[in-house]
Amino acid sequence: MIPELGQFALILALLLAALQAFFGIVGPALKRDRWMAAVTPAVTGQFVMVATSMGCLVTSFINNDFSVRYVAENSNSALPLFYRVAALWGAHSGSLILWIFLLACWSIAAAVGTSRLPRAFASRVIGVLGVISFGFLLYTLATSNPFLRLDPPWPDGESLNPILQDPGLAGHPPILYTGYVGLAVAFAFAGAAMLEGRLDRDWARWTRPWTTAAWAFLSCGIALGSWWAYYTLGWGGFWFWDPVENASFMPWLMATALIHSLAVTEKRGLFKSWTLLLAVLAFSLSLVGTFLVRSGVLVSVHSFAASPSRGEFILTFLVLMIGSALALYAWRAPLLKSEAGFELTARESFLLFNNILLVTACATVFAGTIAPLISGALHLGKLSVGPPYFNPTFLLSILPLLALLSVGIHASWKRGNLGNRARILMLTLIAAAVLGCAVVFGLFTGGRVLSPIGIGLGIWIILSSLIDPIDRLRRHISIPRAVLGMTIAHIGLGIFVISITSVEAFTAEQDVALARGSTAQLGAYEFRFEGVSPIEGPNYSGVGGTVVVTHDGAPVAVMHPEKRKYWVQQTVTTHADIRMYRVSNVLVALGQDLGDGRWSLRLQVRPLVSFIWLAAFIMATGGMLAISDRRYRLARAPSPASAAVPPAVVTRGEAG
Amino acid sequence: MRIRAGRLLLAALCASLLLGVSAAYAIAPTRMPTPQLEARYLDLIHGFRCMQCQDESLADSPVDLAADMRREIRDLLLAGKTDQQIRDFMVSRYGYFILFKPPFVLGTAWLWLAPGVILLVGTVVAVGVIRKRAAIAATDPRDDDLTDA
Amino acid sequence: MSRLRFIIPLVVFALLVAVLGIGIRQSPDKNIIPSPLIGKPAPAFSLPNLIEPGQRVSTAQLRGHWYLFNIWGTWCVECRVEQPMLLKIKQSGVIPLVGLDWRDDPNDALSYLKQEGDPYETIAVDQDGSEAIMWGAYGAPETFLVNPQGIVVYKYIGPITEEAWQREILPRLPLASTPAAGSSS
Repeated sequence: MIPELGQFALILALLLAALQAFFGIVGPALKRDRWMAAVTPAVTGQFVMVATSMGCLVTSFINNDFSVRYVAENSNSALPLFYRVAALWGAHSGSLILWIFLLACWSIAAAVGTSRLPRAFASRVIGVLGVISFGFLLYTLATSNPFLRLDPPWPDGESLNPILQDPGLAGHPPILYTGYVGLAVAFAFAGAAMLEGRLDRDWARWTRPWTTAAWAFLSCGIALGSWWAYYTLGWGGFWFWDPVENASFMPWLMATALIHSLAVTEKRGLFKSWTLLLAVLAFSLSLVGTFLVRSGVLVSVHSFAASPSRGEFILTFLVLMIGSALALYAWRAPLLKSEAGFELTARESFLLFNNILLVTACATVFAGTIAPLISGALHLGKLSVGPPYFNPTFLLSILPLLALLSVGIHASWKRGNLGNRARILMLTLIAAAVLGCAVVFGLFTGGRVLSPIGIGLGIWIILSSLIDPIDRLRRHISIPRAVLGMTIAHIGLGIFVISITSVEAFTAEQDVALARGSTAQLGAYEFRFEGVSPIEGPNYSGVGGTVVVTHDGAPVAVMHPEKRKYWVQQTVTTHADIRMYRVSNVLVALGQDLGDGRWSLRLQVRPLVSFIWLAAFIMATGGMLAISDRRYRLARAPSPASAAVPPAVVTRGEAG
Repeated sequence: MRIRAGRLLLAALCASLLLGVSAAYAIAPTRMPTPQLEARYLDLIHGFRCMQCQDESLADSPVDLAADMRREIRDLLLAGKTDQQIRDFMVSRYGYFILFKPPFVLGTAWLWLAPGVILLVGTVVAVGVIRKRAAIAATDPRDDDLTDA
Repeated sequence: MSRLRFIIPLVVFALLVAVLGIGIRQSPDKNIIPSPLIGKPAPAFSLPNLIEPGQRVSTAQLRGHWYLFNIWGTWCVECRVEQPMLLKIKQSGVIPLVGLDWRDDPNDALSYLKQEGDPYETIAVDQDGSEAIMWGAYGAPETFLVNPQGIVVYKYIGPITEEAWQREILPRLPLASTPAAGSSS
């Protein structure tokens, strides 16, 4: 009963999305007010139907309804309730429902957020979102229906992959998808502008908060995924340049570029067609990422079980969606011109390089990710691209970016005279360089050439970001939220750079074989192995080891790495124990029984690794703070009179 | 939801190819006679892809084939082979696919050159844009009072 | 040029779609690694003989006639799948099968062959897996077609099917392929 309701709701949602798209796009084109007015009820209805459908699926999971094939394949009656719900997005079909649901949420939010904008423009935005919803709903119903029944129903389910039975599972996909899908709003704004044939500074101001919000969610989602991989899978690794990781990283890079490009368009009316292209490309990369993960074209342990027919459908969808957006761009973009100027050392110049470097980084990651495909397609042999490619090529673009950042945030618009800031900047640069070297060579021995550069750059970014707020506080000038948000975000980036450099340079790790009572030494840390004992959990059993860790004699922790065997799948998984001590993470993982009471163990000490994810969260917080700035709430619809009279001071040279 | 078959599940799937044989685990304490050899060994095994669990390096893969390959590498190192010779040995049997670092040969040159070329093109474009805009700014008498961000 | 540059994104996208489309077509094979041994001499080996302990199997012995080098193990599920086909090949007498027993206990292997039948002319024992690595094997079963000069002509990954036999292996043998010396056993 409930699954039928869910499927029916999905079909209704499809129809409503079609109406939403139709009224949203054709209404303004034919200037039909009644049609434009129908968009809001349509999107509301679509949201209600999608929510209902999702609710039905959740209910099926909670009730252990194993007559639904998707539930039977991904859940089990022994599975704790929390994971039964989270199992909804554990595989392809359910994750699509999640995607569609989040898109509906963003659509409703966009409908509310654009309610005070010009009616025709707002309708177009929601209309474009309707097209995307329609495509995904159609794809789901046609190829990946999660409500398919099993006859006869299975007595019990196959259960969830044990690796996925983890709190990180609950958080990572919804947050990540919120970011992925949120970029659709910026895409829709771009689409509306192109349909209208007009893009001005107001457009940039309207688009900015949506883009930054999606970016913030994406940042958190990627960080969560990395953190989860760290403590669940990776033996202490947290980023593998895996195609699926890249699929989420590329939209993030593009969205970062877009945020900064929007700033220029909003401030000076420059880079219009470029910003437009970025808005289209950011969401396009989300879609391409979706394709890569589900179509089976790439070798990745993260990808969903795939089939060529699934891949072909998504590819068709991609072609229609992205192809028409880019065609529209080719047609409309030439109309967008601006006549403003800026000097070499002006902020616009720095932001231009910011964009060039970020887009280059994104293109680099893209090249490495699809290189195996290209190589296969051109019969150049089987290629494999891993971290030894991505790391140096990525740094090629990112290092200059980090270096330019500290200066760029102090450059003024249009005329780039740093003035009295130049001296302070030099001082901070020197301080950062000294600190960087001191940290690397003084506290530790070893560390590679890039380490002092990395740490130095990170410190410089933080110090430089603080100059302006401190100056304002001294002069008792208020700090607008947008500036505060930007400051926090950049400081987060600085922390991120310092942490990553530290992890890469100073990680200590070793695999050892220990008998009960023996110890191993890793730097100043001592690990004493106390043997293993049997353990039991709700749906698993196994062995747990005990390792006593001390640092220079002082107690650090008693750690309990485990090896679990899950009853249903009969697979053995290893659960490393990770504890934080001062600013480092200590990791102990249980290996294999070597006989005679000896076990192999992995020991790892990673300084500052947890700060990586903290930094990402700080960046996201900065972004959200910036959005709440008052000026984004001033979305006054321009009256015909004010549009005709150019504002007195600025933007005399605006065309289009 | 990004993960359906996590690394360890895939490892289990790989292990199922070896029905009944207990898989050697990825945690493998090694005893190379010198720290230099140990470092080279670790470097090498992290640079090769496990051919069964293709998303993992030889260092992390728990399957028997990976253990066998690690042993081969160890033997080759102890026999005095250079890193390049060991890589060539593996590539001659498994192809370039076994390396995480794509080689710089005719078929892959584009991949290695792409980032530099894109950066160069981008810089040229940026310089062109800046020159055009700077020229406009030079003739523009106004000094706008623009608040930042 | 200035108007045309706006078409560049669309053109690049079209190229990407082409690559992705081809990728989909090729995706079922994406895990199959082509062998770099094709066209090169088969790795030279001299290994213990499974059936006649004390004797050895070596590439020197195998020179002069075509043979199929089949890597298998008792632990390998797919090998059982191809067992009937291998027996059929042996029956036909077209080409001898030389087996490499990969990572097995010899006693297990012997009892397996007793149970399932022995399609091989000779079987070499590779207990520690080092020989299989020489051949670039990464999963059983894998079969190599070797010509009388000792050059690897073709590699087939997976259990040999009737189709594979007819389409891939037979056409590569010279028309007047005579049963190899000593194939009946």
